[in-house]
Formats: sequence, structure tokens, C-alpha cells
Amino acid sequence: MSAGKGAVLLLGAGSDMARATARAFAADGHPIQLAARHPERLTEDRADLETRYGVPVSLHAFDALDTASHAAFLSRLPELPQVAVCAVGYMGDQAESVADPEKATLVLRSNFEGPASILAHLANAMAARGSGVLVGISSVAGERGRQSNYVYGSAKAGFTAFLDGMRHRLAPTGVHVVTVKPGFVATAMTEGLDLPEKLTAQPDEVAAAIRTAVAKRRNTVWVRPVWRWIMAIIRAVPEPVFKRTKL
Amino acid sequence: MTRISGWGRFPRRDCRVVRARSEQDVARAVAEAPLIARGNGRAYGDSALNAGLTLDMRGMDRMLAFDPATGQLTAEAGVLLADVIEAFLPRGWFPMVTPGTRFVTLGGAIAADVHGKNHHCDGSFRACVDWVEVMGPDGTVTRTTPGEDLFDWTLGGMGLTGVILRAAIRLRPVETGWILQRTIPAPSLEAALDAFEANADAPYSVAWIDASTEGPHMGRALVMLGHHAPREAVPVRLRDRPVTARRQRLQVPFDLPGFTLNRYTVGAFNALYYRLGARKSGEHLVDWDSYFYPLDAIGNWNRMYGRRGFLQFQCALPLSTAQAGLTELLTRITAAGQASFLSVLKRFGPGEGRFSFPMEGYTLALDMPVNDRSLRLMSDLDRVTVAHGGRFYLAKDARLDRATLAEADPRAEAFAAWRRETGRAARFTSAQSERLGL
Repeated sequence: MSAGKGAVLLLGAGSDMARATARAFAADGHPIQLAARHPERLTEDRADLETRYGVPVSLHAFDALDTASHAAFLSRLPELPQVAVCAVGYMGDQAESVADPEKATLVLRSNFEGPASILAHLANAMAARGSGVLVGISSVAGERGRQSNYVYGSAKAGFTAFLDGMRHRLAPTGVHVVTVKPGFVATAMTEGLDLPEKLTAQPDEVAAAIRTAVAKRRNTVWVRPVWRWIMAIIRAVPEPVFKRTKL
Repeated sequence: MTRISGWGRFPRRDCRVVRARSEQDVARAVAEAPLIARGNGRAYGDSALNAGLTLDMRGMDRMLAFDPATGQLTAEAGVLLADVIEAFLPRGWFPMVTPGTRFVTLGGAIAADVHGKNHHCDGSFRACVDWVEVMGPDGTVTRTTPGEDLFDWTLGGMGLTGVILRAAIRLRPVETGWILQRTIPAPSLEAALDAFEANADAPYSVAWIDASTEGPHMGRALVMLGHHAPREAVPVRLRDRPVTARRQRLQVPFDLPGFTLNRYTVGAFNALYYRLGARKSGEHLVDWDSYFYPLDAIGNWNRMYGRRGFLQFQCALPLSTAQAGLTELLTRITAAGQASFLSVLKRFGPGEGRFSFPMEGYTLALDMPVNDRSLRLMSDLDRVTVAHGGRFYLAKDARLDRATLAEADPRAEAFAAWRRETGRAARFTSAQSERLGL
């Protein structure tokens, strides 16, 4: 496999962040594998990548929640990717998650169990090969449980810890793991929310940060660095005080 | 609700903005409420504002196919010309027609039927459009081709014929990313017009015009001619570059105070610019980015006019009255002591289409800060334009009134009537269309 031009797999490829990331890697000449629950909705994205960048693009059905299918999904890919980016995520609605624990379970599984499962399969295959980069898009919401979104946040906290642990385990194998903490991003998932402009990244920024992180083998990436300090402060607030806030 | 504006940052409106990522998203929006589609917000005024529903088309930015045999590119409406250049200049293709910024969407270029420095040779954007797919008021999608009513109204129809979803445009083969530019200093308006007429065969021509000097040098200009440089005209080390755009080296990081651009600073700038330009005679190689998009190099240059924003005035005058009309316009502008930072004069070839802006003659574009004096002056300029049989460019407009438009352009009433008859007037509206009764 030629260095740097191996295939890049996007999991959850219909998301705005994944689309932007696919473009960033295709621009560098990488073949692209787009995996999503409804690959038939991605035919225009495939045409786009092929037309703009002239790289081969393949579409694959992938259901993050159907963990039993993950091994078979992997075996059907045209090649084991050099880079796999997991952009699978589901915010849900915190109020609904609180009222109905079944709904909370869907959020937990979508953000932790499913992504962890597919990355674990990829990790084993890449470790056997002795190369590869895994990128997990986690969230600043995982830095501390807060009343306003701890269901989503706790799943992301679990995912972050899982990525940390995999990075540690895979270090001797030559496989690298990148954890991305984007902060607010202007995507379909956050549309309609009133997000502060200075704290909100565009999907292109996330994509550029991922591409750099893969090239430079960075461990954890805060897309907008200010988020690192915001979350440090939020983590530092003592619990008795924290309980009186509305964060 | 989001507060948005055109590129001139005047007027600003609180609008409900919904992003479309697919045709289904557009269909949902069209069924929901009267709306206007918005591209990259580069129209200067209120063409792409609708408080009730503004449909942000930047989510539909996929390129769908390219045929290297014909240079035909099929793409969704939200693709930027900048994206087209980035993808295709390295393969030897360039947009057939481009306005002065590459940050316009394909949909926006079609809706405004934009023109470039080659209008006198190649016509407006329509000249490179093979077909457009438009979603009508009932949600049906029509692919329309040149010669059809829908096509003719859509090119220049300011997004008021429906939502432009996709289009096929033809690109121009180029050998390099370089332009051979020649600058002709013209010490007066008359000399500038003569230079244009004498160089009608130059593929690109445009003039920077000094709109702040009175007297015998009124209307002095630098007429800039250009053509795509063939490979052998470019030194070997430069042939394959620059194929990518320069990074924006300059940024206007915040709103400059409103007084930064006044008659004295602009007057001094114009005098200096003219003198520097006049020194550069002969042919020069210029990269495509500096040649076509000088202002794109300065991020957020629209902040230079301060918080209140700025107004653009652009009219076209027929050939027969152009010199008299331009003289009258410049007389009013200089007499008013109003500073126009960037004033541009350009020769147009024959006009086409039912509602497109260009007409055979000359076009003058000016910008001014938003204040009462500018507004009064621009009303004056409206009168001069109408008196000389001219018309106005709606992509620049933020303040024209309905009666003046009707007087200048009888086509407006025909367009409004067609929109009513076809059910479009009720479904596709912008702050501009309401102001102008379109």
C-alpha cells in the first residue's frame, strides 16, 4: 500500500462533518469509502467526490447499532482502509431521554456502543496489518456530566475513554488513534440551535483538523482551542457550586 | 431567526434561515411558505432576504458530472465558482464567464445572470448555461434549456422563478492560469471610452475609473485589457502555477470606523492608484486570481465601510447616450463630494434575455457608505440613468423604488405579470421583489 494514498473510510458518511472530511481526504488523492445506513442517499456525494477529485469512491450499507453485522461489513470493503473516521452520532432530545430511558438507551448505543464496536473490529484488522489510523469524533460534552445533556455526554465520555484506551493499547502496533472534540459545529444536528458564532466551527474546519491530526499523528484534537479552556473551567467547578448552575 | 444581509450589509433583516441539503429539503420548504433561495450572500442588497423563509442553498454543493470532451460541468446550485476553479483549473478549464468575485454560487450566478470582463465578446453567464433545473411553486422540477420561457426568465430572474437546483455549464479550456494584461491610462472619460472602442477585440476589458476628480481629468481611468496566456507566453517555471488560489493574506478583522473612507482618503487613493497604474504600460503576466478577483484577496472587505454597511450603484447606459450619461453621472458624483472607493466602467456587448441586466453600451458601478447623502445622491443618479435610457442591476440594488424601476425597465411589469400567471409570485418572494413589486 502506497503511503498516504490508502483508502479512507467514513462511517456515518451522510453527516455534514463526514462529507467535509471525505472531501478533505479525496482532495489529497485518497480513495474514499462512504458507509451509512442509507448508502443509496449518497450517490450524489459519490459523484461529487469523483467529479471534483477524480478518486474512486465506493458506497456501503452500515448500521452502527447492528453490531453483529460489523465483522461482515468490514469483510465486504474493497480494501482495509488506511484511515477510518467514525462520525456516527445521535444527539437525541435530553428531555425525552430523561422521560423515557428506552430513548436514552438509543442515544447511549448510537454514540458509544456502535462506534466502539466498529472501531474495535477495525483496530484488530489494522493491528494485524501493522498500520492505520482510527479517528473517533467524540465531543466536549463528554468532559463533565451536566443536567442539560448528560445522556449524550456520558456516551461521548465513554467513547472518549475507549479511544484513549485503544490508542494506548495500539501504540506498539503502529496503529494510531485520534480523538476529535469538535465543540459546537454548524451541522444538520445543531440546526435551529442558537449557537455563539465564535465557539461554532464549520464542518470544513473539523475536516481540516482531522486531516492534519492524521498526518501529524496527533492524539486529541480540539477543533477550536478555546473549547479546551472552557471545558477545563467547567470541570474545575466544585460540585456544590456546580449543582446550583443551569449548565 | 438569524440576522442576515447581502454583501453590502445593508439592509439587515431577521430571517428564518433553513439549509437545504437535498432536493427533498427544497420540496419541503417550497410546500411550507413563500421563500427565496440564497446562495453565498454575494448580492449586495436584499435580493436573497425573506424574513419568513430564506432557503440556504450552500448545503447543495455537489458536482455531479464533468465531460472533458465538451467541458460541460453538471453541478448543484450551491457550488461556488471558487470550487469550480479549484477542481478544474489544474485540468485546464476555467469558467466561461465570471463576476468580480469567485465566491458566488452557481445558482446565484444564474439568478443574477452575472457578467464578467468578457461581456463585450462572450455575453453574460447565460452564454455558458446548457440547462437549469428549477423547482416550481407546486414542487415539480423542470429542466429548462435556452429558448424556453422558463429559461429566459430564470437567467436574470433573481431567484423569483423558483428554486434553482442544478445546472449544466460549459467551461473554457485554458492553457495556463495566467492572464496577459495591458493597462491603458486614459486621462479623461472620453479617452477611456475611446480605449474601449479601439480594443473591442480584447477578450477581457474593464476600467478602474476615478470618480472623485472634477475638471478636465474627470473620469480618468485605467483601462485594463487581458487575455488568457498561452503556454509559450509563460516562463517555464511559472507554467503550472498558480493553479491554486492565493490564501487570503489580508483580513479586515473588524468594522473600520465609518469615516475611514471619505472624500479625502479616497481622492488621495485614486490619485495614487492612477499614477501607479499609468506607469505600468506594456503587457504583464498576472495570475488569474489577482486579475479576476482582486478584492477576494481581502477577507471581509465589506467591513471597510464601517458598521452601517455600503450601497452599490450600477447602471447600464445604451451606446448612443453613454458618453453624455456618464458625464452627467460623474458630474453629480463629484459635485456631491461623495467618495466611491471602487468605481468600475465596462463596455457591454449586446444584451440578451427577458430580464437580464446587460445592454449594449456601458456600465458604471460605484460604492458608497450608507448615509443620507449617499441615498440622496443615488436617487439623483437614478434620474440621470432613466433620462438616458439606462437600466439598473438588481444584484447590486438595495434601495431602488418601484416607480423608478418601472420607468427604467418596462420588462419588470412583464416579469411580474408572468410570475402572477404562473403562480410564482405567491411562492417566491424576496425583500427586493416586494420593494420593487416584481
